[in-house]
Amino acid sequence: MKHIFITAIASLLGLLVNGQNCNIIFSGKIVDFHNGEPIIDATVHVESLDIYTTTDLDGKFILKNLCKGPLKVTFSHLSCETKTIEINLTENLERTIYLEHHVEELETIVVKGAEVKKKTTAAQETIIKTDVIDDYSSASLGDVIKQVSGVTSITTGSKIVKPVINGLHSSRVLVVNNNVRMEDQDWGIEHAPNIDVNAADNISVIKGAGTLAYGGDAIGGVVILEPKHPHLVDSLFGKTITGFQSNGLGYNISSSLHKTFESGWYANGVLGYKQNGDLKAPDYYLNNTGSKSFSASLQGGFKSFEKGFEVYLSHIDNEIGILSASHIGNTEDLVNAINSNEPYVNEDFSYSIKAPKQDVNHTLLKATGFKRFKSFGKVNFQYDYQNNQRFEYDKRVGSDKNKPAVDLNLQTHSLRVDTKIDNLEGYIMDFGVSGRFQDNFANPDTGVRRLIPDYQKLDFGIYGIVKSYFSDKLSGDLGVRYDYNHIDAKKYYKTSRWEERGYDEDFSDIVIDDLGTQLLTNPKFSFHNISVSTGLLYNHNEKNELSFNYSLSSRPPNPSELFSDGLHHSAARIELGDLRINKEISNRLGLSYRLNTKRIVMNLETYFNHINDFIYIKPTGTEATIRGTFPVWEYFQTNAILTGIDASFDVLLSNNWNFNNKSSYVYGQDTENDLPVIDMPSFRLSNTLSYSKANWKDLNVALNHEFVAKQNRYPDYNFETYIASSDSYVLVDISTPPAAYNLFNLSADATFDISNKMSLNVMAAVENIFDTSYREYLNRLRYFADDTGRNITVQLKFNY
Amino acid sequence: MKTILKFLPLLFVAPFVTSCSSDDDTPAPVNEEEVITTLTATFVPVGGGTSVVLKTQDLDGDGPNAPVITVSGPFASNTTYNGSVEFLNELDSPAEDITEEVQEEGDEHQIFYATTNDLGTFSYNDSDADGNPIGVEFTFQTVETSTTLDGALTITLRHEPNKDATGVSDGDIANAGGETDIQTSFNISVE
Repeated sequence: MKHIFITAIASLLGLLVNGQNCNIIFSGKIVDFHNGEPIIDATVHVESLDIYTTTDLDGKFILKNLCKGPLKVTFSHLSCETKTIEINLTENLERTIYLEHHVEELETIVVKGAEVKKKTTAAQETIIKTDVIDDYSSASLGDVIKQVSGVTSITTGSKIVKPVINGLHSSRVLVVNNNVRMEDQDWGIEHAPNIDVNAADNISVIKGAGTLAYGGDAIGGVVILEPKHPHLVDSLFGKTITGFQSNGLGYNISSSLHKTFESGWYANGVLGYKQNGDLKAPDYYLNNTGSKSFSASLQGGFKSFEKGFEVYLSHIDNEIGILSASHIGNTEDLVNAINSNEPYVNEDFSYSIKAPKQDVNHTLLKATGFKRFKSFGKVNFQYDYQNNQRFEYDKRVGSDKNKPAVDLNLQTHSLRVDTKIDNLEGYIMDFGVSGRFQDNFANPDTGVRRLIPDYQKLDFGIYGIVKSYFSDKLSGDLGVRYDYNHIDAKKYYKTSRWEERGYDEDFSDIVIDDLGTQLLTNPKFSFHNISVSTGLLYNHNEKNELSFNYSLSSRPPNPSELFSDGLHHSAARIELGDLRINKEISNRLGLSYRLNTKRIVMNLETYFNHINDFIYIKPTGTEATIRGTFPVWEYFQTNAILTGIDASFDVLLSNNWNFNNKSSYVYGQDTENDLPVIDMPSFRLSNTLSYSKANWKDLNVALNHEFVAKQNRYPDYNFETYIASSDSYVLVDISTPPAAYNLFNLSADATFDISNKMSLNVMAAVENIFDTSYREYLNRLRYFADDTGRNITVQLKFNY
Repeated sequence: MKTILKFLPLLFVAPFVTSCSSDDDTPAPVNEEEVITTLTATFVPVGGGTSVVLKTQDLDGDGPNAPVITVSGPFASNTTYNGSVEFLNELDSPAEDITEEVQEEGDEHQIFYATTNDLGTFSYNDSDADGNPIGVEFTFQTVETSTTLDGALTITLRHEPNKDATGVSDGDIANAGGETDIQTSFNISVE
């Protein structure tokens, strides 16, 4: 009231001063920035005079009887960003005002707790939010996304965790970090994604090649991590998570700080460190399973509705010890390990990390900029550089003791331009092009023959995706992508291996140098791939939703599948790639049903994935060396089907009690050889009963039961070997999966307000309450030792 | 804001410039180190007679070719042999003697000897810093027999065995653990 009174006086004074020329007209039109359509009923407010008007059906407005002089006018409309202009009136003025009228783009003024958008329309996609990620602050990406039904992991011990989506992993699962496709030598099972989950605000897990923006080779799926979107207000806030784990005496700390300005500038930083010593199975220590991880990321930029840019830098350094007992010499050692109940190495707890171990660091630099164009859409330009350095240390003797056995450096440069057209009625179009150059360098100073050769790789991709809203109930999308890949490698082959593989007949033209016992070769490969992804989403009503999707994706063979040739110590096997391997092609159908009532939320996802020329590895015989005999595993191609069902079911039992059930089953069959596909996750089930009470410090208590069945469908690759020390032939049982197991876990957390800007969340959890001894089929170290036993975690989270 | 935008392209270009220097080089070949290609065990009879030499040679390492195993001749009945082993990397020229490394790191290595068909008994003639056997020097006592006995003599080099485990310092490999660096069985005879 007081305010109006003062402005009235002020305008009266204004009138008195400029009394003469008060018949100027300011008129104009307010239109939508995106499609140029008029905005009806927008408010025009002359602040200095406190007069209002609204736009008509054509988006037009008119203000009469204005006086000469400066004016401050604001234009606003529901779900638009308010715009203020200052003008100096001298004569009649006509202006077109663009307002950003788009609910979808509210991300620029997002408020806390807003819904995270899905990346796809009809694909089988699940989003994991900050609160859940925070609970896994000390864990790895693979552990976090296991929350999603149908996602499991293939591990080497418990610190090297690779996500498995519907039975597929490694090069078949793309990991995208802050819009950058991770290039971190993902071909090996013991090569885990180099990502700190603490830097992610949300994680989308897409089963199958649901989005083609990042590549057409995601036969298994895509995992997309996004950092926090900046809020365009003046603020400074952050979070510190610190925890302790009893098993392995581990500790972790991660801090993040976010500074934003209303002007559009922003900066984020995340810093983390974690370490643990030897983990413990119920009956013994798992010697040399300590690990250390340091990570840091920095992000800064400017963002307005029309334009913005960002620079992002992240670095992670992981040093991970590998169970001592798993480093073995030959088949006899493997037999001894399998037949012994306990690992041979049994020492006391230690934080020290000795060989065998791996030390991997990954640096990512990204620069991106975008601009929005009127009546068109948004163009995004991005360059990123990744440097992945991998050292693997084996137990070696003499002067080579501290030398790595593997020293690989992979550098990747990518450029991409993505365009989003959103001015069209009823649909949105995305299209883009990307180019990538990769250089892999295998350091010869290791004194060990290279497992992966030096190579350069060039990729080019172009894609287009159309999303359409046919009606309130029906929407769909269609994406098409073309990729070109070219690999140019320089590899040394042992002459004996070259001839044994028959390469002297098929590839004699690629030999560029003959060193007697070794040949230098120059293999070059080119691949052309077409991928398609399409889906339909039908919202029958508020409660029932049905979606269908189909994707065609192709994956060219990775360096390991093409070039491997040598002894793999931790597996005691000789692995052989094949230069003749071609790309694999997947046709995947998915059908999902979602029921969402007040009391029940149910998700059923089924899929059928037919993979032509599926690349897999299997044993073919043994080779004798001076070390003893080794089974030879060779890469082959076959036709395979993977089909299964993932279910999740939530029931609100009362205001405070909730029950959740998740289960997944995948059936994998090699249709050419009529055999089950190796390394398929077995049936698993998880039941959680939880109690939460908001007015008791936001208390949550959850009791979880996890059941993992024995995998009864496996190919029998067992073989017999001669054991010199006992002068007998014994069966090497490398195939039989371990027994089923049940685990029980308990967790509780509560949040305490320290001040109006600070809160403290305290979490305590017990994993494997009954200290159950078990082995998991998809843990590569299952031959050597039990999985980890009971672990008690305490974690504090400060929000400020 | 505008000046920063001007420098942005530099950011894009810089990594290309720095990384292109290593391209197009022909990679250097790797000459494998610490690889044992050849094991030679020499048995000299105490008091004179014909020595026996057992040899295994695998020049392509973990390549497809099997090692070449040779036995110079039969052992004599009821005879004591002073034995020694030598490990070589013949990929290096001149050949590198790995035996010294094994002896220097004696506490991390042990060589085990065993025969089938009870052809004889072994005892160690050397020891590491902790007083445990290494097995580079040893004695082999053959059985007394009037007919020709055939069997296999297995030599195993273990890296990081548990020498304190039951029987290990007496030459029993059963509880040794560790990692096998070499293992070869020779078909021998005692007559």
